[in-house]
Amino acid sequence: MGNLNSGVPNGDLKNKWTNYKDSIDLVNPANKRNIDVIVVGTGLAGGSASATLAELGYNVKTFCYQDSPRRAHSIAAQGGINAAKNYQGDGDSTYRLFYDTVKGGDYRSREANVYRLAEVSTNIIDQCVAQGVPFARDYGGLLDNRSFGGVLVSRTFYAKGQTGQQLLLGAYSAMNRQIARGKIKMYNRHEMLDVVIVDGKARGIIARNLTTGEIERHSAHAVVLASGGYGNVYFLSTNAMGSNVTAAWKAHKKGAYFANPCYTQIHPTCIPRSGEYQSKLTLMSESLRNDGRIWVPKNKKDVESLRNGSLKATDIVEEDRDYYLERRYPAFGNLVPRDVASRAAKERCDAGFGVNQTGEAVFLDFSSAIMRYGKEQALLKGLDENDTSLVKNLGQEIVKSKYGNLFQMYEKIVDENPYETPMMIYPAVHYTMGGIWVDYNLMTSVPGLYAIGEANFSDHGANRLGASALMQGLADGYFVLPYTIGDYLSDDIRTGPISTELKEFEEAESKVKEQLNSLVNNNGKHSVDYYHKKLGKIMWDECGMARTEEGLKKAMEDIKNLRDDFWKNVNVPGGLDEMNKELEKAGRVADFLELGELFAKDALERNESCGGHFREEFATPEGEAKRNDKDYTYVSAWEYKGEPSKAVLHKEELVFDNIEVKERSYK
Amino acid sequence: MNLKLKIWRQKDANDKGSMVDYEIQNVSEHMSFLEMLDVLNEELIDKGIEPIAFDHDCREGICGMCSLYINGEAHGPDRRVTTCQLHMRKFKDGDTIYIEPFRANAFPVVKDLVVDRSAFDRIQHAGGYISVNTSGNTQDANAIPIPKDNADLAFDAATCIGCGACVASCKNSSAMLYVSAKVSQFALLPQGQVEAKDRVLNMVNKMDEEGFGNCTNTGACEVQCPKGISLDNISRMNREFLSANITKG
Repeated sequence: MGNLNSGVPNGDLKNKWTNYKDSIDLVNPANKRNIDVIVVGTGLAGGSASATLAELGYNVKTFCYQDSPRRAHSIAAQGGINAAKNYQGDGDSTYRLFYDTVKGGDYRSREANVYRLAEVSTNIIDQCVAQGVPFARDYGGLLDNRSFGGVLVSRTFYAKGQTGQQLLLGAYSAMNRQIARGKIKMYNRHEMLDVVIVDGKARGIIARNLTTGEIERHSAHAVVLASGGYGNVYFLSTNAMGSNVTAAWKAHKKGAYFANPCYTQIHPTCIPRSGEYQSKLTLMSESLRNDGRIWVPKNKKDVESLRNGSLKATDIVEEDRDYYLERRYPAFGNLVPRDVASRAAKERCDAGFGVNQTGEAVFLDFSSAIMRYGKEQALLKGLDENDTSLVKNLGQEIVKSKYGNLFQMYEKIVDENPYETPMMIYPAVHYTMGGIWVDYNLMTSVPGLYAIGEANFSDHGANRLGASALMQGLADGYFVLPYTIGDYLSDDIRTGPISTELKEFEEAESKVKEQLNSLVNNNGKHSVDYYHKKLGKIMWDECGMARTEEGLKKAMEDIKNLRDDFWKNVNVPGGLDEMNKELEKAGRVADFLELGELFAKDALERNESCGGHFREEFATPEGEAKRNDKDYTYVSAWEYKGEPSKAVLHKEELVFDNIEVKERSYK
Repeated sequence: MNLKLKIWRQKDANDKGSMVDYEIQNVSEHMSFLEMLDVLNEELIDKGIEPIAFDHDCREGICGMCSLYINGEAHGPDRRVTTCQLHMRKFKDGDTIYIEPFRANAFPVVKDLVVDRSAFDRIQHAGGYISVNTSGNTQDANAIPIPKDNADLAFDAATCIGCGACVASCKNSSAMLYVSAKVSQFALLPQGQVEAKDRVLNMVNKMDEEGFGNCTNTGACEVQCPKGISLDNISRMNREFLSANITKG
């Protein structure tokens, strides 16, 4: 167990990044033309990094598994992007954004990285506006802000409910300009299946052309992974169907440490499952909890009647409802943080109070808000505030103006009118704070291999704040990596092109082909989804919102057995030399089946509860999370040793010099 | 409900392809259309038949990857939704559903229901951007106020997801709605003015070069667009194109 060196520069926190930029090595423009960089993934991090590296003069080769770089899953982000602009004059500053992020992450992130993130956040907004990203504006023509969960200032920039889409299309447009100039060579419908290490340095990748099935070798002087998070290890999540851990996991198997895999964020306001056939879950912005009250029935009898359809939610009278968040957390009520709200919903459903047929749903009820807003409107307009139907109509209009698009989405999916009957919600996996370990330069433990965006273990500690994922992806890609990578590449100006004929490429290619061959020739009896669903169930039951020592040990064993069974009995139809979507899925699930075990091992090792990681053994008598700062103020970075269960732990001790470490309390 | 499906199968780009009949039982009305196809594919795999290839990713109606021409309509019978958000409650027991790929010369079939829409990307390479480098030294975001109405219209145009439903719905396979959405977004913003003339000329030329047809104002694209991109954008692009053509063309 070594202590990892994060390479954070010395000096005062506020000047670290500026001083560091002044001192690192640069590559002169003429030499940049002789250097190739591979970027895997085209979300906010990969798209922005590709464009910026190409603008600087590097030859960039960018890969994505989708049919166009514009489809990466950053596009689905709704709420907004944080930046310490202080346009509202409400006291925001770089330090405050830094402070909120470290605190929100339950004191498990690296101070210097978070401060740098807060520092460059303002540049992101300037850059995006210059690109033509249509952020929301006020009537004076200036940028508008909204406030977001758990902070005291308005620092979130947004473009209605499609902020991720607009930012990604901005990065995509910057890429398109470089593709047109020939500085980015874009490989759509390509999947990275291994990283190639030559003399201890990352020098290329093996990729599969998903249209033809051809296995290709691509070389470069550095490789950047921007392949996103691994939430799909749970099968059901709010991630895109294709989101996967393969690029990150292959890098891990080639020497990159995987950090804090157990830090997962489970979002409380998602649309519940409706049946076994369900393929993914849909998230609705947490802003709904501002006006919605969450409840389940007090009596099991009512639960039964709801499930068999003999009773409607609106038939249950006030005194038979259990507003459990308001009951348990009188001070914060329905606005407790995400992890707390999620766990409380699970507790009620596990106790048998889930309100739909699957038993995994609670009500989110807007009727009180509708009546409250309606009365206010009636008074403002001089109408009769005792006319119930009038008040209800007026209130529904206000709710529609605030949440109209979310209500419409809910109605399309569930086919119930949420203005008339309470919504049903249930928590779902949607973001993974863990990922590939990186140093201050965003370089992994393999020289020349970088990880950015959600793919790295990053700046969010054990819990990410709303509207911070977009900020981190773009900060890494536009403003951090393009500087720090120069420090490494400055040694490569005389290297010349890397040959793909090297034996390391040949070996990596033959290993990749071997695995693909064994998958298509296995002729087993179960489909890939059969295994993915089974893995998802183990993950959700044992590594979900609440974890125990016993459950995690069982999960490690069950996942290992499932993995053995997968390799014996999986059935992948179709051939190698063609588009084969089952083969793509099979490779991804094979990697999830290894990651899952490491995930459980990490959760087992961390004998405390912090952020998204909740161990039932480490809770206060009231059932709240209990951190152990004395023994666990470190990043767990795992080194691959042949089997996930044999991974070796390396610790990066976290030091907090600029912020006081405190308990989070919601009571 | 029980359904009969007639689905386009085509082994690869060179194969002729044909409609093949399938049946599926016990479809829940709460399933999405793609979940219904997932279930069908699982059944096919168990029977040793190669599953049907179709594009999809986010399943939230925002990535633009899913397509499908369902009973003669791009993204099927519901309005303002993509195929991934279409639910089986829009169909009834005993229905026969025809499922085909988006058809256009500029969108060749790759396999089964998967088409190649890279022509859309190439139109963007021709000018769908503002030429600004990443430096951290661009001017402050609030230095240029933009009237809210223009900002909102630019946003509405920018919500195009690039799925290609407009092309698939148009009898001429025209990409005017798609191209005009990007041209409009930048034409409505001060940042976009500097390159506005070159942009519209280059993007329209590229659109023609890629083999998309002309616009004859039938408006099918607007009706079938899952994001409700307005025909007003086409008018705006035509004005931009005319004015650019006079001064530069």
